[in-house]
Amino acid sequence: MSFISLLWVLLLGSLLGLELIGKVPPTLHTPLMSGANAISGITMLAALTLIVKAEGNVPLLIIGSVSLGFALFNVVGGFFVTDRMLAMFSRKPSNKK
Amino acid sequence: MNLPVIIKFIIDLLAVLLLALGIKGLSKVKSARDANRLAAFAMSLSVVGLLSYYLGTSGIAIQSWIWIIIGSIIGSFFGAILAKKVPMTSMPETVALFNGCGGMSSLLVALGVAIFPISGGQENFDFFKSLINEVSISVSIFVGAITFTGSIVAMAKLQGWLSTPGWTQSKVRHFVNIVFAVASLIAFFDLINGNTSSIWLLVIVSSLLGIGVTLPIGGADMPVVISLLNSYSGIAAAAAGFVVDSQLLIVAGAMVGAAGLILTQVMCKGMNRSLVSVLFGGSLSAQSTASSGSGEYTNITSCSVEECALTLEAANKVIIVPGYGLAVAQAQHTLREVTKKLEQNGIEVVYAIHPVAGRMPGHMNVLLAEADVPYEQLKEMDVVNPDFPATDVVLVLGANDVVNPQAKNDSSSPLYGMPVLDVQEARTVFVIKRGMSAGYSGIKNDLFDLPNTSMVFGDAKKVLNDLIGELKDLGVGEK
Repeated sequence: MSFISLLWVLLLGSLLGLELIGKVPPTLHTPLMSGANAISGITMLAALTLIVKAEGNVPLLIIGSVSLGFALFNVVGGFFVTDRMLAMFSRKPSNKK
Repeated sequence: MNLPVIIKFIIDLLAVLLLALGIKGLSKVKSARDANRLAAFAMSLSVVGLLSYYLGTSGIAIQSWIWIIIGSIIGSFFGAILAKKVPMTSMPETVALFNGCGGMSSLLVALGVAIFPISGGQENFDFFKSLINEVSISVSIFVGAITFTGSIVAMAKLQGWLSTPGWTQSKVRHFVNIVFAVASLIAFFDLINGNTSSIWLLVIVSSLLGIGVTLPIGGADMPVVISLLNSYSGIAAAAAGFVVDSQLLIVAGAMVGAAGLILTQVMCKGMNRSLVSVLFGGSLSAQSTASSGSGEYTNITSCSVEECALTLEAANKVIIVPGYGLAVAQAQHTLREVTKKLEQNGIEVVYAIHPVAGRMPGHMNVLLAEADVPYEQLKEMDVVNPDFPATDVVLVLGANDVVNPQAKNDSSSPLYGMPVLDVQEARTVFVIKRGMSAGYSGIKNDLFDLPNTSMVFGDAKKVLNDLIGELKDLGVGEK
């Protein structure tokens, strides 16, 4: 992949991000932030790449593994906590305890 | 193109599409929960895609598997535990912590690549390509480090582990931060010149910069900062995407970065603060001591819970204004009991939600939803403001700055221009508060001095419990 096409990817990705969040009700700001935050943990893919390409280089393996741990902490925690918040909204007023 | 490349391409494309749909869906109440799951699915799909690609091409060594499994299990375990255990009131600091770890991850990837250049793909040395590589490594480290330390400071401040040191409110901090920024720039150019050891300078200085920028920011502005840092972690991820040559990373990172910026902008608007003043203006309380903020209260009326109950009983329409103080006292559920009693008596009850009620936009909605408050009873500020003149009683619970009429009347006030709830228009206002302390902004609240305002002093939960007792004695809600 050439650098120029990567720049195009960056540009189009940014435009997509700007476009996606058009009108968000304030209710959803916190969940949206936390959900987007979980997605930013996509660096786990970079960490995985690092580990796979480490070729037995132990310090690199460790760095990759720690990085993967941090990223997954972000991803797993982020999605769970978002789900917890959103679960409260989806509760119908009629079937509450 | 061989098969693994094609498969990975298709999976990546699908993952990007699902992630975009996920972010889109998260902005609507109805679809939000499914959208979140969709995004989570897209993320796992992308992992499967990457791993199957390597399995199909170079293969994955046993040693790599071991480290992958160790990292995944530890990270996921702690993430899941924290997400399950953390109370809803601490949501902002939790998001900050998760976010900081995302930044740390990008930083480590870039650091790893910088210290031990990845073999493969870089054989034919090309000046342009290595330049791009170094720039993306530097950006990834710089933004990653700022995200990490900034988020940790934000979390510590929200948790109350860190206060705002006095010196950070003076002009000194601009000087200090400029020094850090210049030093990072020097480290950056040194790195591009081929001096690999300056990478450590970059790590240290950008970490310090993250601390230096976040530390002076007051509690009220913290949500904006967290949202901004969230956007940064997206940028860090995109930079890491350049480092390891992954389009998927770049797209996802860019999307989060851009979406985070928009969200930050929306939050700033809700608080009537510009991003510039949040980042460089210091905390509001520091400014306000110089201006109108430090006035004395002259006309405080305080009343008992009993009086409050009597007035509530006679009301037709009651508006509740919840604030963060309510959440701190964990009184949402008790509040719900009170409003249930009122409703059973035929009194109309709605909740007025200021855009920044709680500590983050939408935070209060989450907290009230937790206490089973029907979604329809939550009214946004613009909807509810015209209703105040026709309202008999307003109960202000742990909210302060968002009901300060100064924001409308006093152009010298630091709050001036901030959208507020016009509670003073109602017939009677009860403010339930522990004492006369000021809100986040540290500014005197003119509402407390108004003749139709009565203060009910006490812990929100205790007052509400007493209120339930009083209402019971009056026979409210016992049909």
